Formats: sequence, structure tokens, C-alpha cells
Amino acid sequence: MKKSLKFLTMIAIATLVSCGGDDKKKEEPGYGKKAPVKTEKKEPASKRVELSNKGVGPITSVTLAAEVDQEMAKHGMDVYTKMCTACHKADKKFIGPAPTGILSRRSPEWVMNMILNPEEMIKQDPLAKDLLLEFNGAPMANQGLSEEDARAILEYFRTLK
Amino acid sequence: MLVILLGFTSCNNGNQSGGKSGALSNNIAEKVYVAPGEYDSHYAFISGGYSGNVTVYGLPSGRMFKEIPVFSQFATSGYGYSEETKPMLNTSHGFVPWGDSHHPDISQSKGELDGRWVFINENNTPRIARISLTTFETEEIIEVPNSAGNHSSSFVTENTEYVVAGTRFSVPIPQRDMPIKDYKGNFQGALSFISVAPETGNMDIKFQVLMPGFNYDLSHPGRGKSHGWFFFTTYNTEEASTLLEVNASQNDKDFIAAVNWKKIEEYVNNGGGKMMPANYAHNLYDEHTHTATSTMKKEVRVVNPIDVPGAVYFIPTPKSPHGCDVDPSGEYIVGNGKLSANLTVHSFTKMLDAIEKEKFAGEAYGIPILNFEDVLAGVVEQPGLGPLHTEFDGKGNAYTTFFISSEVVKWKIGTWEVIDRKPTYYSVGHLTIPGGNSGKPQGKYMFAMNKITKDRYLPTGPEMEHSAQLYDISGDKMELLLDFPTHGEPHYAAAMEASIIKEQSQKIYKLADNKHPYAAKSDADTKVVRNGNEVHIYMTTIRSHFSPDNIEGVKVGDKVYFHVTNLEQDFDVPHGFAVLGQNNSELLIMPGQTKSSVWEPKQVGVWPFYCTDFCSALHQEMQGYIRVSAADSDVPIKWSLGEDIE
Repeated sequence: MKKSLKFLTMIAIATLVSCGGDDKKKEEPGYGKKAPVKTEKKEPASKRVELSNKGVGPITSVTLAAEVDQEMAKHGMDVYTKMCTACHKADKKFIGPAPTGILSRRSPEWVMNMILNPEEMIKQDPLAKDLLLEFNGAPMANQGLSEEDARAILEYFRTLK
Repeated sequence: MLVILLGFTSCNNGNQSGGKSGALSNNIAEKVYVAPGEYDSHYAFISGGYSGNVTVYGLPSGRMFKEIPVFSQFATSGYGYSEETKPMLNTSHGFVPWGDSHHPDISQSKGELDGRWVFINENNTPRIARISLTTFETEEIIEVPNSAGNHSSSFVTENTEYVVAGTRFSVPIPQRDMPIKDYKGNFQGALSFISVAPETGNMDIKFQVLMPGFNYDLSHPGRGKSHGWFFFTTYNTEEASTLLEVNASQNDKDFIAAVNWKKIEEYVNNGGGKMMPANYAHNLYDEHTHTATSTMKKEVRVVNPIDVPGAVYFIPTPKSPHGCDVDPSGEYIVGNGKLSANLTVHSFTKMLDAIEKEKFAGEAYGIPILNFEDVLAGVVEQPGLGPLHTEFDGKGNAYTTFFISSEVVKWKIGTWEVIDRKPTYYSVGHLTIPGGNSGKPQGKYMFAMNKITKDRYLPTGPEMEHSAQLYDISGDKMELLLDFPTHGEPHYAAAMEASIIKEQSQKIYKLADNKHPYAAKSDADTKVVRNGNEVHIYMTTIRSHFSPDNIEGVKVGDKVYFHVTNLEQDFDVPHGFAVLGQNNSELLIMPGQTKSSVWEPKQVGVWPFYCTDFCSALHQEMQGYIRVSAADSDVPIKWSLGEDIE
């Protein structure tokens, strides 16, 4: 009985080896090991610069004053802390991307539409779709913010450099 | 063998007359078909009977939308298990995990359903609950002292001034140790008038009328011209305490008690009645702290009816009347004598006239008894067997259920003629017409709630869910449209057009309004605090993680409170919480809400907790670990989320 089991095991191993042998480029499975450090070859969606993309949603035009409205930014930080920090850290990647420097990569309209209309954005906006994949398929939650609050968050993001 | 065969044959015949054959030819299917994504036209709130709860249905589809926990623990949401909701089930007898809910009634303004609240009574440990129709949650439960078998309840007056609760079983008042055989003349029946605050709906027992020791079976308010009166059927006017099925059926007539509550209210407002010591729970749920509190009240105002002349009269009504129903105009009071061949209809105008002329047949315990003939408006002659309940369509017709002959009979108010009859399957109890207990019925549908299901559905072992049947009552003849199963044992139901409730139904709880003392309203508020052997975990959920999700420093013998706040602010995104081995139910936490579950770990180890409600594509990843160390260990309290994320 023992012998036959060993024999079967050998056949099984042989089969596995021969299967694996055809595709040497295949990544090693990560089971039971520490997750390997990922090396992205293609530029990730989070680093892409798309300043003319306004996204999909209620916001079609936002005018930013030359100076940051500090009062509004303060309110924005308050709303952001209450409603967003479960998934976003200001300066580092968490569940979702960090907002620091976001306005050098995204239009103000895109940012506000992502806050106000995440369900449609991840279905219709190609960039938002790519971001969803990059961030492990965790879709952004719609926190039901008013346009005013979303605008204030945008102003707060202007202060994050 | 022959007998059995015959039996089968007749059963089958009965089945065929159920109307299966007519469905296609009459397009009945279209009348109950609600296309995918479309809405029903009516809400129905159906009592769960021995489930202790209320179920919400749509009409005409007969689809069940929700079960609202009221008097029973409900593991599905954690009601009665979570720290916040345990006080809802507190009573003078301690924590009572179960109840028997009976008669839902929707709040009214000017005699019309206003869709703000549903009230419902608990029969066994007498209580009245108020359910919000914006959150669809039980907001308030008040215990009713001096009552037993809280059955002639919970019906509202036409401006929801009062929700009324009458006792089915009379008892010693106050309760005391005495021989049961001394019932007669010593037991009393309390009729409780519970005021409802116009803005908040908060309930308070304004007064209890202490009546003779009969059984007060059902009740309904006067309306329109009879607004200010309340009518209660009685049985067991014999005051028997044993073998009631024989001994309470001796008198040819029992009574409908007519109570002029306006008169008693005035008496009480002028200092009438007396406060007697009592002990009863008043439980109130605050939707901002998401927490219930229970307060024990220590006295109640009682009124002896003979101290208020002109407040209470007895109307003789044949043979143990059960249902006591008042037509939309308020003129007619229908008494459904369970053991009577005929339906008795009393006239409010004639009653007032007889009272004015002081035409009394006698008195019972000092309460004047009117003459049956003086008050009688009419009799529906031999409409069926075992009449129970009557509802109205607002077009001059009444519909009465007959338990023994399993049918609904439509008859005309004023001429008392039978217009139509349709079978029910089987042994119908209550029936409901939307707005049927109001001055303005919204008649189009009527549904019958049956006690016996038998062969109506695929069999499910000895126990079958009770069946309801929906009829179209817009034409001269009733038309059976649909069978649908219900949950528990529906006694009565309240129903109304969907428009008002649909618009006001709440989608989320606003995080900003969350006043729960243990809420973590953002990630910055999450923490773990030890206080002696109590450990409080301030935890948040959002798609798709708990924060914190790694917790250490808990020891065997600790009492661990998981206070979970759902940070979602999107419609219909609850998260669940459960930890391995907890002697408790899960929590189901609505967006913006905080709920708490207590866990007393008994074994050292690393135990997982996870989200029980499939919340997102990464729901399976929504999990965490809590490390439990030995009672004498010195592992420090520590918590984290995603420490090794770059």
C-alpha cells in the first residue's frame, strides 16, 4: 500500500514538473511565502497624468482661484478626515491612492466626479477603471457628499504638496 | 377503504373550486404581476403572531420585503442581542426574549392614515410597541401593568391621541396571592388609554379604566360622529375561571363595552382617578445614539368607571362576540358573535338616544346595561358560520370573515343584505383592507389571513406557514387573485397606499448625527481601551476592511465590547460582524450606525472575526484577528490596521 502510494506521488510530481517545464517565465506561486515586492513595468494608472480628462458625473467645470481659499480648505480637511480617511491617507497609498499632488495629475472636475459619482466613474471612465484594477479591485465608496463638501475637499487637496 | 377514497375525491373537488382554472381566462395573473424593478402599489404590515415581529409586504404581488423585529430577539440583525437593543426587551419580569404580536395599526390624522408609525401589541407579557415608518425600526415599547393577555389592542383614535390596550384575561388588581376560585367579583379587567405625543410619538399611560372581570377581546375606536368613544367586545361575562370553552358560553348575550374616553380624559385632567403603585418598563430607542434605554415606571393612574357617570355602558351582543368593528362613518358598530348565526350591528345614534332617555335593562357592577333592541341597527341574517372580523371599503360595503365556514362575506351597510361570498383556504381569521380601520378606506384590495394552510402549497413537513389570500374588491363581486405565504401567525395587518411611506423611507443614518458614546466616526477615533477586565474596541467598517483588524492584549476572563461603526454613507451598504465562538448573534450595522456586541473569550488563541454581509467584491477579505492570551499574561493592548502596507 505504502509503496503504491509513493509510486503515485512520483508520477504526480513528474507530471507537475513536465507541465511547469514548458513555461519557465511563469511567476513562482506566492503560497505560504511572504508576498514578493512587486515591480511594475508599465506606468501605473496612479502615476499617469491626464489633466484634460474631466471624468463622468455632475461636475463639468471648476474654476480654481489663484490663491487657496484657506477657510474652504479647512472645511475640506474636516470633511476628508471624517469621510475619507478610512481608505485614504494624505501622503501614502492605503486602500486607495494618496491625494498629495493629485492636481498635477488630475483635473479638478475629475477629482470631484470621482468623489461624487464613483459608481459610474469605475464603469465609464477608462482611467478610473484602470485605477480600480491597480488598487486591488476595491471600488471607492460613495459617501453621499454634497457638491459643496466635495469642492472643499478639492481645495484641501490643493494644500497637499 | 371506500370512505378514504371518497374523502380524497371531495378534497380534490374543493381544490378545483379554488379558482385555478379561471386564472388565465380572466387575466388574473396580470393583476398581481409587478414587473422586475417596478414597485407594488401598497404596503402591508402583517403581524408575526408567535414570531413576535412584523413583516412588511407589497401588494398586489404578495412579496415580503422585510421582517421588523419588535418583541422577539432577532439574530439576523442582532436586535435584542446587541448592547444597544437589549433594553428594548426589558420588562418588570426582567429580560423577555419573545413575544406574541397581534394587531398592527397605522397612525392617523383626521381619521386618515398618515403613515408615520405602526403600533402593535404583545399579548403574553402585555406591551405596546411603536415602529417608525421612516427607519422601519421599533422605536418604543411600553409595558402595560394590570393587564394580562393584551389582546383588545393596539388600535388608535382618529388623531392618534391614544393607542388603546385592553386586557383579555382579567386578573387581581393589584396582583396578589389569592384562590383562583374566588375570581368572580374579585378579578378586574384594565382598559388602558396610552397617550401618543403628536411630534415624537412617545407613549405614556394616561389612565386605565378598571372594569368588571370579563374578557375584553377586541376593540375599535369610534370615528367621525362617534369620535371620543371606544368599543370593546367582551366574553366570559359569566366570569368563569375554568373550562371556559363551556363555562364562558352560557350567557345568551355578552356585551360590547362603550367607553366615552373623552369624558374620562376630562375627569382625569381635572385630577380624577387615583395613582396606584405599579412597576412597568418604558423602553425608548434613540436613532441618534442608536441606543435604547429602559426606565421602570412606578405608578399608573386608574379610574373606577362608576366614578365617572355617563362614561361606560354595556350593549348586549349575542354569543361571545369577537371582532368589534366600526364603519367609516362611525355610526355602525359590528359585533361578530363567534357562536351566533347572525351578525349584529349596533347604531351609535340609537345608543346615544337610549342613554339620553335612560332606557336601561339593568346594570352590571354599577355599569348601566342598554336594551339590545334599543341599540340594534340591523342584523345580517345567517351569513355564515363563526363570524370573526369585519372591514369596510368606504363604498357602503362591509366584509366579514367566517372562521368555521372558511369564507369572506360581502354585505351592504343599511340593507344588511349579503352581496357576495368567496371561499378562503382555510379557516380565515382577520382580513385587511388598506385603511380599513380608518375614516377613509383605500379599498381596491382585501386580503384574508388564514389559520390553516394544508394543501395550498408544496408540503413542508407538519408545519406550514400560514397562507394569505388577496382579493380584488373593486367590482361588485370579490375576485380571488393570489395566495401568498406569511411568516409566523399573522393575526391582523395594517395596509396603506405606498406613496407617503415610500417617499419618507430613510436611506442611511448620517454619520454626523451619530451620538453613540462608543462611536468611532473616522479612522482617527479607532482604539482599544482596557478598563479593568473590560476591553472596549472602537472599530470602524468600510468596504472592505475593519479598523483595527489586528488586536492583541485581550485575556481569558475579559469582557470584550466590539463597538462597530459603519462609516458607509451609501444606501443599502450594511456590514456584518461576528467573531468565532461568541455566545451571541451577529451584528448587522446600517450605514452611519454603531452597534456593540459583547464577547467573553474562554480560550487562548488567535480568533478571526469577519464581515457577515457580502458587502463588496473584496468582502471575503473583510476579516481580522484578535489574540487572546492567558489570564495572567502581560501582553499589552495593541491594535493596528495595515501596518505592513508600504
